[in-house]
Amino acid sequence: MIFSLVIWVLGLALLFLSFSKDREKSLAALKVAWKSFRSMALPVLATLWAIGFLLTFLSPQTIAKMMGHEAGWRGMILSALVGSVVLIQAFIAFPLAGSLLRQGASVGAIAAFVTTLVMVGVMTAPLEIKFYGKKFTFWRNAVSFVFALIIALLMGTILG
Amino acid sequence: MKKSAIFKVLLLLVLGNILVFLFSRDKGFAVVSTTKDYLLEMLSVLPPILVLVGLFEVWVPKKFIEAAMGRKSGIKGILFSFLVGTAAMGPLYVAFPIGLSLLKKKASLFHVAIFLGAWASIKIPMILFEIQFLGSRFAFLRLALTIPSIIAISWILDSILKRSQTYEVA
Repeated sequence: MIFSLVIWVLGLALLFLSFSKDREKSLAALKVAWKSFRSMALPVLATLWAIGFLLTFLSPQTIAKMMGHEAGWRGMILSALVGSVVLIQAFIAFPLAGSLLRQGASVGAIAAFVTTLVMVGVMTAPLEIKFYGKKFTFWRNAVSFVFALIIALLMGTILG
Repeated sequence: MKKSAIFKVLLLLVLGNILVFLFSRDKGFAVVSTTKDYLLEMLSVLPPILVLVGLFEVWVPKKFIEAAMGRKSGIKGILFSFLVGTAAMGPLYVAFPIGLSLLKKKASLFHVAIFLGAWASIKIPMILFEIQFLGSRFAFLRLALTIPSIIAISWILDSILKRSQTYEVA
């Protein structure tokens, strides 16, 4: 991916610049980076592995079929719940959502899936708690869920 | 999460995966290969981002972030937070350590919430993808509705957590 290449180049370039200015500070920066990597590595591995299980037994294609068959507000609620729980990479989720739309799925349901997919993260909540605490995580996800539904409803009404 | 807890979870996942293998070879491999895909995605962005976080922590003065994203940064602060969040790459959990280091540098919770919201839902690489597969009408309408929503969500979040006063970052 071109974007990750940009981040690598940027990171390395700034690191070199930093080393040329101040060795001590740069080593401290690397220490910060390593410390956060170490504290994140295992929880991230566990989260992604759990997602591996989830997507094996509930493949994106199965999810898509479920959403496509349910019509009306039930389809929307179902899509929102699915979108909240799963974590699907954008390069899988968007083509999937696009093909569903072309097959005649309702805009509201697809919008609910996309908005909750990006705004709400049940699977990554343990990670979020690690950084920001339970209260922040609960409220961010709860409030985002409500707004995601409102956005989806409006999109369904305007485009549907 | 405590260290011992995370090891228990990992042990559970290993045992679970072995169980799936015994039950069905294909499914067992599918779990491993999906996990591998997500790990590769993570590794393609997390290391350089953490290096940038490290450089940010040692080089950028607190005063600068307090002025750019602090309580009194006003409309400019909101714009700045959106800008940083949308120029992002990678899944939301990659943004967690960045948001935390912004909080340490005296960015307000309101502005960090905007940053996280922008990163999660309207980052530019994602929008480009969305236009390609869902069409520009869908993508731009979602964008137009999401921007005010992010501000509202962040404001609500900030008010709830401020009032409870249990949320303090050193």
